[in-house]
Amino acid sequence: MIALGLFNYWAVIVLMMVGFYTLIARGNLVKKLIGLNIFQTSVILMYVSFAKVSGGTAPILMDAGDHAGDAAGQVLYSNPLPHVLMLTAIVVGVATLSLGLSLVVRIKEAFGTIEEDEIESPSL
Amino acid sequence: MSGGMLLLVTALLPVAAAGGVLLLRKSPNVREASTLIFGALTFWHVLGLLHRVQEGERPRLDMLEVVPGVQLAFELEPLGMVFALVASFLWPVTSLYAIGYMRGHHEENQTRFFFFFAIAIAGALGVAFSANLFTLFVFYEFLTFCTVPLVTHHQTEEAKKSGRVYLGILLTTSVGLQLVAIIWTWVLAGTVDFRTGGILAGTASTGVLSAILVLYVYGVGKAAVMPFHRWLPAAMVAPTPVSALLHAVAVVKAGVFTVLKIAVYVFGIDLLATLTTTSWLAWAAGATIILASLVAFKKDNLKARLAYSTISQLSYIVLGALLANELGIIGGGMHIAMHAFGKITLFFAAGAIMVAAHEKKISRMHGLGRTMPITFGAFFVGSLSIIGLPPAGGAWSKWFLAMGTLEAEQYGLLAVLMLSTLLGLYYLLEVPVKAFFFAPPEDAHRSEGIHEAPTPSLIAICITAAATLGLFIWPEVWRELMTMVVGGAG
Amino acid sequence: MSEHLPALLVVVPLILAPVAALSNRPRAAFAAAFAGCWWALYASLALLTRVRSEGVISYALGGWAPPYGIELRLDLVNAFVAVTVATIGAVVIPYAWTSVKKEITEDRIPLFYTAFLLMLSGLLGITVTGDVFNVFVFLEISSLSAYSMIALGQDRRALTATFQYLIMGSVGATFIVIGIGFMYVMTGTLNMADLAERLPAVMDNRTIPVAFTFLTVGITLKLALFPLHLWLPNAYTYAPSAVTAFMASTATKVSVYLLLRFFFTIFGFAFAFGQMRLNMVLMPLSLVAILAMSLVAIYEINVKRLLAFSSVAQIGYMVLGISFGSVLGVTAGLLHIFNHALMKGALFMAMGCVMYRVGSVQLSKMAGLGKKMPWTMAAFVGGGLSLIGVPLTVGFISKWYLVQAALEQGNWLVAGLVMIGSLMALVYIWKVVEVAYFQEADSDVEIREAPLSLLIPTWVLVIASFWFGIDASTTAQVATDAAELLLRGGS
Repeated sequence: MIALGLFNYWAVIVLMMVGFYTLIARGNLVKKLIGLNIFQTSVILMYVSFAKVSGGTAPILMDAGDHAGDAAGQVLYSNPLPHVLMLTAIVVGVATLSLGLSLVVRIKEAFGTIEEDEIESPSL
Repeated sequence: MSGGMLLLVTALLPVAAAGGVLLLRKSPNVREASTLIFGALTFWHVLGLLHRVQEGERPRLDMLEVVPGVQLAFELEPLGMVFALVASFLWPVTSLYAIGYMRGHHEENQTRFFFFFAIAIAGALGVAFSANLFTLFVFYEFLTFCTVPLVTHHQTEEAKKSGRVYLGILLTTSVGLQLVAIIWTWVLAGTVDFRTGGILAGTASTGVLSAILVLYVYGVGKAAVMPFHRWLPAAMVAPTPVSALLHAVAVVKAGVFTVLKIAVYVFGIDLLATLTTTSWLAWAAGATIILASLVAFKKDNLKARLAYSTISQLSYIVLGALLANELGIIGGGMHIAMHAFGKITLFFAAGAIMVAAHEKKISRMHGLGRTMPITFGAFFVGSLSIIGLPPAGGAWSKWFLAMGTLEAEQYGLLAVLMLSTLLGLYYLLEVPVKAFFFAPPEDAHRSEGIHEAPTPSLIAICITAAATLGLFIWPEVWRELMTMVVGGAG
Repeated sequence: MSEHLPALLVVVPLILAPVAALSNRPRAAFAAAFAGCWWALYASLALLTRVRSEGVISYALGGWAPPYGIELRLDLVNAFVAVTVATIGAVVIPYAWTSVKKEITEDRIPLFYTAFLLMLSGLLGITVTGDVFNVFVFLEISSLSAYSMIALGQDRRALTATFQYLIMGSVGATFIVIGIGFMYVMTGTLNMADLAERLPAVMDNRTIPVAFTFLTVGITLKLALFPLHLWLPNAYTYAPSAVTAFMASTATKVSVYLLLRFFFTIFGFAFAFGQMRLNMVLMPLSLVAILAMSLVAIYEINVKRLLAFSSVAQIGYMVLGISFGSVLGVTAGLLHIFNHALMKGALFMAMGCVMYRVGSVQLSKMAGLGKKMPWTMAAFVGGGLSLIGVPLTVGFISKWYLVQAALEQGNWLVAGLVMIGSLMALVYIWKVVEVAYFQEADSDVEIREAPLSLLIPTWVLVIASFWFGIDASTTAQVATDAAELLLRGGS
């Protein structure tokens, strides 16, 4: 059960490894970027997962009686901070991806290929 | 003027001379005149300093603190005085010689030559005036770098190769060994000042201090203890005045001066005598003396022979320092002066032969003595001094060194000294003997016009030869200074 | 205004960046970049002065008090690094004006200045912030702008170099985020000072060593410690000259600062060096970096690439100093951050001058330049002397402290290896000197001395590298104080 309880983290590890493997093993520059993006996304999942407090609700201001509050009228929230952090990380990820893709376009223009081994071959 | 300011002015005079050379590059005559005038001025200032040092003053100048606790500072004591006196006297003389040589030889880039020459002298004076190991190291390296353009003066492939060897060996030893030793000293003693009686005593075990001594002796590559001697023959591609002043006087003497200074003021004679490596290193110096003499034997190129002779003679001074007694130090210090005058005479003569007769090989100098009697006469006088025979100055320093070996009961080293005298007798005197008494080689199609070297050069040769003889009669000032060194240290 | 100085230091260049982009005219964009750089220099110097006299400055961004809000926190360590970054920026930017006109097409010049400003503010942001997630954000700002600037290089290989850097840099940054995430899980805070207080309580949990490992790998990737340096040589080689000069002197240095901050202030000396035995990793790697990369540099025939490999070696010196874990060692590391910035900046700028006139920095193209471009090559020799570590140059000061740190621990072997590294620097510098001064130039090519607008900034750095080598008492004092601060555990 513990393994299942940590399902999110297993997903994180799998995604991370898939991304990292693609990043290293693929010669196609676009595939590399996809790998990088999966790798970064796994981290987002990780942050969001550990922000979840079981039974917690979205951190929105509300009346005490409305929802799953305890007796003292306090409301149990999930931790909002990691979500906010990940918003930033998503922005960074998008910026990295777009920069990477635009580089790939220019590499295609300059070298005529986006395969790593063809770019590095001595004939060029 | 305060003593400290006088030191600064004296060290800056050659820099001013270099500036003058640069400014006056358009008219060679004025340029050379300015070098001579500045040279004379420098010597005059050094004489003023000599007077003060003899009266017991120790002029000092703190310039600035480079890192906390480590200062760039000058302080003149008798040993530095010996070196400064030699370098500053021989600079104008060599300049005089260089004027004749460089013009007679039609050398190019004379402005650059005289510029770096003057700068190098400033470096040598800086070494002589250093108040601590750091300052000494700064000027030591400064001297290395500003002599590179002189060594590679001709900018040929050979000069390039020699430049590599020169820079490579000098920097490998100084950065790789000497600097480590200096920093180690700083870590152990908390100071790098030169102090009477040394700074290292009692700071670490004998083993560690012995290791540091090895680092120092081999780290001072300019002292050319084998196997770090190759740079000196390599430097002989330079024009002869450079070989004469820098590689018989300023640079190499900066090396042995450093060894002496470290022996006396960093270790102190008493500590030195207790270290295990002292006598090993003394034997290493002894081996260098013999081996370099043997190599000199085989060299037919006159300048190469003189270079190996210099290597051999430098180890006399290293040996003197490592005998770790007062007589050895006195002998070593005096040998700085005696060897300088003798060897510069020999180099002057070699250069004069090159300019006048275009001969570099000893085997082709037969009979030249008849056409160039003054040059070869001077060569004879210089040889006597290097060998250590009266009536030349070298006899005195050798005398003290021999006494030192006796006091240290190192009879083997005494034998080394005597053997090297015999070798020197042959490889040096061979030159004037063949020049005066042998018939010229038959294939030598000597043009009629061979006569003595250009007049300025000839005057310079006569001055140094006369000085070499004079030192035999008046060695007192050197002995007095060196006695002050060990007197204070003992 | 002066109480907002820590924020303004970062914000002013950040705001000027879009101004430069929107102006879309080279001259206006340059003016914005120039103003931003010199503002940063003024602000960082003012802050350093204040830190020296008053101690730590803490600035709550937006008025939200730490540890909940983002704190900008300046102590001697990062004030020193900020001054280094800002100095190089201020010197490089006037140089860039002439250099960039030659190397970048005109329509991209405003964007170049935009990226330059973004990179500057990113680097300054990393140094001044007291919040670990903020570090990541600023790191990405500086990295992304660096990628785009490198891609502006003339050679098409600049593109592949950038791509490689982008991939490796992003992986490094992601590793850092993972590490930060683990720390946050265990402590619930992102504030550095707060982290330092809360971490000891949870040190026994296995999560912390894992976080530590991720951070170590991520940061060493960013600072290009051997063997994670692979992105650096190509990036430095093909980037425009001004970019190389700026990056080589700042980007990796800021990462070294991060290393110090994370290991000493946040995790603490006892954990990093006692429990994790960081020195067992860093010391061998930095020694390999010094020796192997110097060796590669010796055989390199593209001078910019040669200097890039030399940079990897020099980073080895900085990390080596840190790996001693002593006041002297960290002092050496910090000093070398500043000193190496000066000398490598000067060297790359001299190469930029060569690029400007000759159009190439291949060794074979530099024959006879000693005569044709005397001031440029003299600057190269000056910077080279410093790299070798000749006395009275900044390089010597670094070595003085580094060897002292080694000998203090009785580690004479390392001391010897450091010296061998210096001698290898002599070999590769001398190689260039020989070609420039001893080989005859092609007589049919007319080459003139570089324009003054390039030479003056270059010489400013050369002179500075002598100045701070002759009078190092101030820099050494600041570095020693900063090192003591770090080893005491930070705040």
